[in-house]
Amino acid sequence: MVSNPTITESQIWDILASVCDPEIPVLSIVDMGIVRKVYLEENNPVIIITPTYTGCPAMDMITMQIRMALLEHGFTQITIRSELAPAWTTDWMTEEGKRKLQEYGIAPPNPSTTPLSEQIIQCPQCRSNNTKLLSEFGSTACKALYQCQDCKEPFDYFKCH
Amino acid sequence: MNDPLNKYILHLADNALILAQRNGEWCGHGPILEQDIAITNISLDLLGQARNFYQYAASLQGNDATEDSLAYLRIENEYRNGLLVEQPNIDWAQTILRQYFFSTYQYLLYEKLQAADDAQLAAIAAKALKEVSYHLRWSREWVIRLGDGTAESHRRMIQAVDALWRYTGELFIPADYENQVGVDVSLIKDAWTEQVNVVMAEAGISLPEKTYMQTGGKQGIHTEHLGYILAELQYVQRAYPNSSW
Ligand SMILES: [Zn+2]
Repeated sequence: MVSNPTITESQIWDILASVCDPEIPVLSIVDMGIVRKVYLEENNPVIIITPTYTGCPAMDMITMQIRMALLEHGFTQITIRSELAPAWTTDWMTEEGKRKLQEYGIAPPNPSTTPLSEQIIQCPQCRSNNTKLLSEFGSTACKALYQCQDCKEPFDYFKCH
Repeated sequence: MNDPLNKYILHLADNALILAQRNGEWCGHGPILEQDIAITNISLDLLGQARNFYQYAASLQGNDATEDSLAYLRIENEYRNGLLVEQPNIDWAQTILRQYFFSTYQYLLYEKLQAADDAQLAAIAAKALKEVSYHLRWSREWVIRLGDGTAESHRRMIQAVDALWRYTGELFIPADYENQVGVDVSLIKDAWTEQVNVVMAEAGISLPEKTYMQTGGKQGIHTEHLGYILAELQYVQRAYPNSSW
């Protein structure tokens, strides 16, 4: 009988913080707000995750990466469950995550409570607010395509959701 | 397998899967790159919805049922999608109008379904509703742009109405299983009609006053198109049973 090493929940959170989002590698799954709950059941980790978008193809990959990361730390009994409710929102993205997104060149999501008409999407390159929507659908389900009217750079905006 | 809840979940799943498959046909063929990306994004969202519903149905069925067996190993008359979603793409106008009619319906449906007693159905609907609101906004803008566009785009939008209108009626006629579980679709008909009328008026397209409405999809009696869709969708799994990536 192989038993898991003795560990605390906060150490598990640290391990999860090393797992990157496969589509936006500068963000961890914790920054993204994908990890909803972590607890131990007889010293075995149980991880509850939630998908960002219904059809997000990264979820299977993320599940596998969590398993790999925990295996590397010596865990053998690992439970990962996906729960849909409450539905994921960009408001769960950490401030740290939003800052990393912007440095990476993706405009971070506005708070979901901002009315559509009052939304300002700032250019991640030159920080101009003079930007325009090119397409509501970008390179992945979670992004829209914008263009800066000042520096002319097209950029992705992480849609608030 | 035949209880109303199972039939109802499969009905919801099949609607999403078949429209996902139709929209996916545009991949690499969209009129311009950004719209190619938009329609395939919508396809992916719908595929995600279908997976959630199939996974739920499989968990209730037990035995050896999986999301894959439900999607790949049922035959045409076991599919319970509406006739609207299986209609061919034809051109951008028909694709857009099909999406608009369906997204308007799906938005109203999920809005009610998210309050369902069944917690898993409610969770899937609440999650998907956020995405459906994008589909609705995008397809509505396109319907107006094409209807109120050039003579050619206007003509094609009229053709699309002629081709699709007759398949909208069945969306609001409850099938036997819908009488027992889920949302009463007859109650969302008025809201759908009102919204569609406003948008079509803005697009400068008139709707038929009285038309024969074709029904049967929700009972498994489909137009000739579904067989071809399933032939393509299911080919690999039929030719190489249990193969996986
Ligand atoms: Zn700029």
